[in-house]
Parts: sequence; structure tokens; C-alpha cells
Amino acid sequence: MTNQTPAPVGGSGSAAVTDMLTVRGIKKTFGRVNALREASMSLPRGQVTAIVGDNGAGKSTLVKCIVGVHAPDEGEVLLDGERVHFTNPQQARDAGIETVFQDLALVEDLTVAENLFLGREPTRGAGPLRLLNRRRMRSEALDMVSALAINVPRVNARVRRLSGGQRQAVSLARAAGFSSKLIVLDEPTAALGVQETARVEELILDLKQRGVTILLISHNFEQVLRLSDQVQVMRAGRTVAQRRTSATDGQELVGLVTGAIIDPATAEAEVADAHEEETLA
Amino acid sequence: MTTTSAESTGAPTPERSRRLQLSEVSWPELASTIGLVVMAIVFAVLNPGYLSEGNVSAMLQASAILIVLTIGQTFVIATGGIDLSVASTMTLGAVVLGEFYAAGWNLWAAALAGFVAAAVVGVVNGLLISKGGITDFIVTLGTLSAASGLALIVADGQKNTIVEPVLIRMSVDGIWVFSWSVLIALALAVVAHVVLFHSRFGLHVLAIGGSEESSRAVGIRTWKVKTGVYLISGALAGVGALLLIARVGASEPAANTSFLLNSVAAVVLGGVSLFGGRATIVGPVVGALLLTALVNGLTRVGLSEFYQPLTVGIVVVLAAFITRYQK
Repeated sequence: MTNQTPAPVGGSGSAAVTDMLTVRGIKKTFGRVNALREASMSLPRGQVTAIVGDNGAGKSTLVKCIVGVHAPDEGEVLLDGERVHFTNPQQARDAGIETVFQDLALVEDLTVAENLFLGREPTRGAGPLRLLNRRRMRSEALDMVSALAINVPRVNARVRRLSGGQRQAVSLARAAGFSSKLIVLDEPTAALGVQETARVEELILDLKQRGVTILLISHNFEQVLRLSDQVQVMRAGRTVAQRRTSATDGQELVGLVTGAIIDPATAEAEVADAHEEETLA
Repeated sequence: MTTTSAESTGAPTPERSRRLQLSEVSWPELASTIGLVVMAIVFAVLNPGYLSEGNVSAMLQASAILIVLTIGQTFVIATGGIDLSVASTMTLGAVVLGEFYAAGWNLWAAALAGFVAAAVVGVVNGLLISKGGITDFIVTLGTLSAASGLALIVADGQKNTIVEPVLIRMSVDGIWVFSWSVLIALALAVVAHVVLFHSRFGLHVLAIGGSEESSRAVGIRTWKVKTGVYLISGALAGVGALLLIARVGASEPAANTSFLLNSVAAVVLGGVSLFGGRATIVGPVVGALLLTALVNGLTRVGLSEFYQPLTVGIVVVLAAFITRYQK
């Protein structure tokens, strides 16, 4: 957890690319609302980056621009050094960006194995006679959940019977299981109890151990300090500060989020924003 | 989250998996089978001829069309939708078949024309619902009326008598108590079971019924699947049209309303959730058999046919009640 950026993991063409994801100058407005004034950040490969910010600071909008839910008005997104432009979440998924939503996108009436493979089920046979390869689904599902060393019940159990933490574990296993480059976690523990939160946090660290790059959105500063390597602060539609987690503390983060502390790098832009607000009012 | 790792991730021992499977038996899905057995015993006691080979064969024969329509309805309901147009679509298919036959077409070519007409109604239903964003109930209520109207127009209100030895053989010949019509219906049920539980399409049908939003989030093109289930329902109504003509010996623009109600009733009796997400093919097929056997039994014990719709209604509501109680 030093300030050095680690060497790139695995060869993906250009060895110079150390950041898994870079966003530059992303802007997004909805009608007259400036949801994102200007967002730029980099996610170092194999590290956990947390985005913190108040409600309405633009965290969700930024994430939605990255995972293809929204198309940004301006700016660019680079995944693994290549410029990408997603118009829907499926494209982002195909490119290796997996998202775990806080409302757990699982189908309760299906089994754990079916949920893990939903949308990319293995089949056997050919042409119109292709059938689901349920045996392979089950055995690979077992590998996926046991690789995470989590307490997931039988892969044949229906998700309806699982606890909130187990469901989130299934979502994480699904995100991690398909050689994804980047996993976006949107408030992964918001709906969970204390013990389950601890389990899910273990899972996230476990994913990091396996070299996955993670973008974490969380309201919980303690959690951010526990899990992340780098923190990105957002305020009023801007990315206003970036800190190494080891070089900051809760107090500074609160200050940056509320605006009590202004990072010199963005001070100018923020004064301009404030001026603009005044003229509008 | 306090379970041991052996219990959570290890392969279950044979005994454990058997025990768990037993505990996961869904009673609503079994209710129709239990109901059918109990009812058969009661009617057999009241009327010794009820379980005779001849009557069982007659009951199966009478249930063939309903089984075929019920399979289609099951796919639609499994996605959380409903197809109110099945019976009128079958009527339209039968009338189209009759008109082409009367115009001198070969029976099978005419049957294909009827099948295509019914399938087209299904696709229209599916596209209006999935792409047009109109509620399934309203769309299929509309096509219910439109298809019967078209049937009246095409047939000009007249019926066409169709006498073909092969159609008569479909109802008369067969294997043991199963006529060819029944065997066709059962073969379609087997295919439907494989599609529902062993194909990607089937899994997506159940996923959409469980949560359309989640299904879309994992990249399932939900509009295709939804159009698909209405197409299946329409196409099976087209098969039903041929069976109907084999049974009646003519194509007529009749309403056939009881087939609509009974197809939904059979699905409910089969323990399929009307909200979608959970379904079997066996359950609704047994439900269709139960409804047919019920009406047959009531007739044999001498109950006036006026009582039959009432009894069917009570049984269906009772079945829905059991399903609800289970939850």
C-alpha cells in the first residue's frame, strides 16, 4: 500500500498501461441538471479504488457512465489503455466490466448455479438442438463459489432461500467468475447486517488478492479505509481529490466530501462552479 | 453464515441430497396429481364404468386439445404474462384451414396455412407486448376479439365440413387407450418439458418471470424471449386447430370460450405461479386431464351439465387458494 503504482499484471499488449481504467473530462447533464461537471480519475490495476461523496455528488452518474448505463456528453473512458464507448451495460460486460448492484440483480426463483451463468449458459449439442449443459454449470458453479471460500449453500439451492450476505456472495462470485478486468461494486453491503458485511468485505479483499481491479462505491468511510488502496472524492459533480488510503484518514475525507477542506488542485474550478450557481440563482 | 464449510461448499452426500430434495417438493405442483387420483377413485366408486378402458380412452381423447393449448399458456404464464387469445387463435387457425381445404388444397397444406395464421397471431401478441409496451392482458384481450372477428369474416359465418379418413383415424386409432391425437399432445408436452428445463430459452423464460429487470441486467434480450412465448402459444393453438377439426369434423367460427378459461385453469391447477418464474409442464398437463376427467365424471354420475361450469370454477379457485396458502 505505498504510493507506488504496481507493475502491470499480465501482458495485455502495451506494458506501459498501468491503469486498468482511466476517465478523462467526463461530463453529463440531464436537462438543466449538471449531474457531472467534470470527472477524471484513474484506477490502478489490481487495486481497490473507492469513490466517496455526498448524495448527489455524482458518484452514481459517473459509475453509470463507466458501465454503459449512461452515455457521457463529453470526455473519454479508457479501459486497459483502449478507448471504449459503451451504449449499453451488455457491451461493458462483454469488454470485461462487471457490476454488482446494491439491489442484487439475482433471480430468486432460480438456483445459485443458474444465476451464476444466467445470460451465458454453457450448452452442448449443435444448432437448434443445443441443450443446457447443466452438469458443467453445476461443477463450474461449485468451483466459482469455492474459489471465493465463502459459505454459499448448495449450487442447486434456489436464491430465495439464501440470506442477504449469501446472495451478495453469489453476485460477487458471478462478477469475479468471468475473467473480468474491472468489478464495480455499488454499495455492496448497504443491505447487510454487521456479520454479513464482514464476510462480504473478506470476499472483496479476496478478489483483490486474485488481482482483480475493483471500483467501490460506499457511504461507509470506515469500510473505505479498510478496503481501498486509493480514494477518489467527489463533490458537486466533480472529482475533487484523490488520496492514497495509507496517506489519509477519516477526518480528511469528511472534510473533502463536505467541502471544509479544498484540495488546491481543484480550487479554481470549484470557485467557478460557485460563481455559476450564484448567477443562476 | 455460520454453517461449516463442508456443508456449504462440499458436494452433498447422497443421503443429504435426497433429504433436501424431499424437503423441496412443492405441494402446489403435486396438488393436481393428488387431486386427479382422489377424484378418479371417488368417481370410480360412484360409477363403476368410470375407469373402464373405453371411458379412460374417451377422457384422454377429450383432453388432447386442452393439453396442447395449456402447454402454450404455461410458457406465457411462466414469464408472468397471460394469453387470453389462445382459443380464438385456434378458431381462426381452424377456419383458415377449412377455407383452404374447401378451396381444394391438400389437407396438410391447408393445415400448414392454419398453423401459420395462428402463429402470426402469436407473434403479433408478442411484439405488441414486448416492443409496444402494452399490457399483456389488454393486448391478448384485443386479439381475442380480433381473431374471432377475423374467423367470422374469413368463414363468412359458415362452417366447412371436412371429411378425411386420416383425421378420423387420429381420433380412433392409436396405441392402447391413447389415440393419435392424445399421443401428439403428449409428445408436444415432452418437447415442451425439454425446452423449458434444458434449453437456454427455457431458463430465460423462467428468469424473466422471476425478475425481468435482473434478466435484462445480465444481458438477456427479454423482448425476444417474450415474443417467443407468445409465438409458442399461437403455434400450439394452430396445432390445436387441426386436432379440433379432427374431433368436430368441420371448421366453424365458434367462440370456443371454454378452452380459454380451461387453459388458464389447468395452468393454475398445475401449481404454476401466475406471477411467473416457477413452472412445470407436467403439472398443467395433469391439470388439463383433471378438468376433463372432472367434467366427464360429473356427466357420468348424472349431474346436469348446467352444474359443470360452476364445479370447474370452484375447483380452480380452490387450487389457487392452495397455492396461496403454501406461500
